[in-house]
Amino acid sequence: MTMHDACAVDQHLTLAPKRIGDLENRPLCLSGKGVTKVFGTGAKQTVAVDHVDFAFHEGELVSIVGESGSGKTTLAKMLLGLISVTQGEICFQGKPRDISTSRKKREYWKGIQAIFQDPFSAFNVFNKIDTVLLDCIHMTGGRGLPHAKKVEMMEEACCFVNLKYAELTNKYPFELSGGQMQRLMIARVFLLKPRILVADEPTSMIDACSRATILDMLLQLRDEIGMTILFITHDIGLAYYISDSVYIMEHGKIVEQGTADEVILTPKAPYTKRLISDVPKIYEPWDLTTV
Amino acid sequence: MKNTIRQVFHSPKFVVGFCIFMAILLTMLVYPFINPGDPLKMIGLGTFAEPGTYVSMYDSVGAPFSTFKIPDADVKRLDKLLTQEDRAKMREWLELAQVDVSELDVGDMDSLLAMWKQHYDPEIRIPGMIKAVRNYYIRLNNSILSASVSDTLKVTDTDEATGETIEKTKISKTDYVNVDDVANVISLPLGTDNFGRDTLKQLVAACGVSISIGLIAGAVATALGLLLGLLAGYLGGWVDDFIMFFTNIFTVIPSFVLLILINYSINQDQRGAGTVALVIGLTSWVWTTRSVRSQVISLRNRDHVNLSRLSGHSLPRIILTDILPYIASYVMMAFILQVSSGILAEAQLSLLGLGPKTTEVPTLGLMMNWAMLYSAHLNGSWWAYFPVILVIALISFSLNLMNTGLDQVFNPTLRE
Repeated sequence: MTMHDACAVDQHLTLAPKRIGDLENRPLCLSGKGVTKVFGTGAKQTVAVDHVDFAFHEGELVSIVGESGSGKTTLAKMLLGLISVTQGEICFQGKPRDISTSRKKREYWKGIQAIFQDPFSAFNVFNKIDTVLLDCIHMTGGRGLPHAKKVEMMEEACCFVNLKYAELTNKYPFELSGGQMQRLMIARVFLLKPRILVADEPTSMIDACSRATILDMLLQLRDEIGMTILFITHDIGLAYYISDSVYIMEHGKIVEQGTADEVILTPKAPYTKRLISDVPKIYEPWDLTTV
Repeated sequence: MKNTIRQVFHSPKFVVGFCIFMAILLTMLVYPFINPGDPLKMIGLGTFAEPGTYVSMYDSVGAPFSTFKIPDADVKRLDKLLTQEDRAKMREWLELAQVDVSELDVGDMDSLLAMWKQHYDPEIRIPGMIKAVRNYYIRLNNSILSASVSDTLKVTDTDEATGETIEKTKISKTDYVNVDDVANVISLPLGTDNFGRDTLKQLVAACGVSISIGLIAGAVATALGLLLGLLAGYLGGWVDDFIMFFTNIFTVIPSFVLLILINYSINQDQRGAGTVALVIGLTSWVWTTRSVRSQVISLRNRDHVNLSRLSGHSLPRIILTDILPYIASYVMMAFILQVSSGILAEAQLSLLGLGPKTTEVPTLGLMMNWAMLYSAHLNGSWWAYFPVILVIALISFSLNLMNTGLDQVFNPTLRE
């Protein structure tokens, strides 16, 4: 590392949000061994996720970085239990995950939730916003609460994401902007308060201003509620900015993993180096040959 | 929802189709009040009475009359008596009898009659004329004579006790009866059919029965297709394989052949309109299943369905709230098409004699079957089959038009 780079790193470190230091001391929240997903059979067989090992600690923000088609979203869906695991074992809070029945799945989903990439297709266009939020209250056992209490909880959730409940009530999700919808998604997560949040490219479909707000909210969820956040992105710069640890995925395999500083400041795998060089820089020449 | 309905009623195609269909429905509802009674009642003894208004001759005789002297009454009477064909035949006879007809105009009734009266003699034997033709000329001559000779007709009755003939009344050529004063006048805008039944009344009743058959068949086919398509598409795996196995088997068997075989195997006595509708419905669910399944497969991996699953919703709730509303417009269109094809299938089956049993209710197909069996198309009784064909075409046209209109509203790529 040159003197110039070191200065730049120092500067970045002071600008980056506070990282959690005591990762090793924290209990494991979600871990997996040899997790594999194969689509199709015979000649049309595609290995989307290939023997992946991972261990996410309580309350950390983990980024999974890779280009399109590297298996990030498939891994996320397996972790969410939306698709089956071909091979391997996933442990949730220290115990092997059991989602064999729909009742067990429902119980599991109280502990893990998601934010999707495209806010415009994430909501049922026939359901009002109130329904979306009420469902979350009902899921966490609040079905019997008085209506006033439910409204109070929804107001609190909307307030957390800088939305006004009074302006949202009786509206449909498609009447909001992309950024507002993504914030509504976070309000949902705030109501459910799961142990783990899988955020699958939550900022790639919205504008830069809204992006900063969303990232700030994710950090708040980590810091204030102690949620483990799995941040899936193709943007290594963004990953460096907010994550505690980083996993780099290429062709369904994890090629490098470690704390954000380790992986991004001293990359070992050639793929990681390429990803870093692909990040556009304003004040430096940008090497386009790898793109 | 309100917005969608407004959009639907802004589509010209849908509105035209809807208006035609509503007009048919309205006629079906209103006509039985105007002309009540059993549509299958035989009112005429002969077959295929022509369309028109029928005045009772018996009642006309006793009815109060007024006298009118209309100058061209005689000409009109003869005009009605002698058709164009009769006039041509008269000219033909005169020609054969060596009469100079070079200056005769068949349209000029007076000169034709004058020449006829001057030359015609039933005793003249024209070489080569068969007896039947000669008799025809004798009959023709008699009716010409009776029309032009007597100014009054006597109506007589026989006294049962004495056997004497009593003169009841005289009818003069200048006597006219007001139709309102005649006790019995029947209006038959579409005449009668082969059994002497009022065709229009029957057509209106048949329309209702055929539309109900279409609705039942459409509802059964759409419900079955929707249920199987939703299950196969959403559950996937072996459920999908199992359902698609049966769907594929039914796809390769032509459904109309299946329909014929099933209907043939049901006894005529048990084959009511409801049974036929059910059989049509049970053989036409295949394409709905296939298309619903493919739509559901593309929907089930959408984020909003994943979000619903993550919210812990049950399978029926996900299907009902997250999948069904998204394909509702498509299902509605499929239903309309199924209704239309159900009506056509009934008509086809009935034409082959495999429709509902003939004694209970008329259907559009049965009416065509009767018309065909009694050769209405050969003896020129167009009123027995043409209005039926027109109504079938109109119903099916209006339903298809509504379907295209809906398609344009729900499918943005088809919007003009």
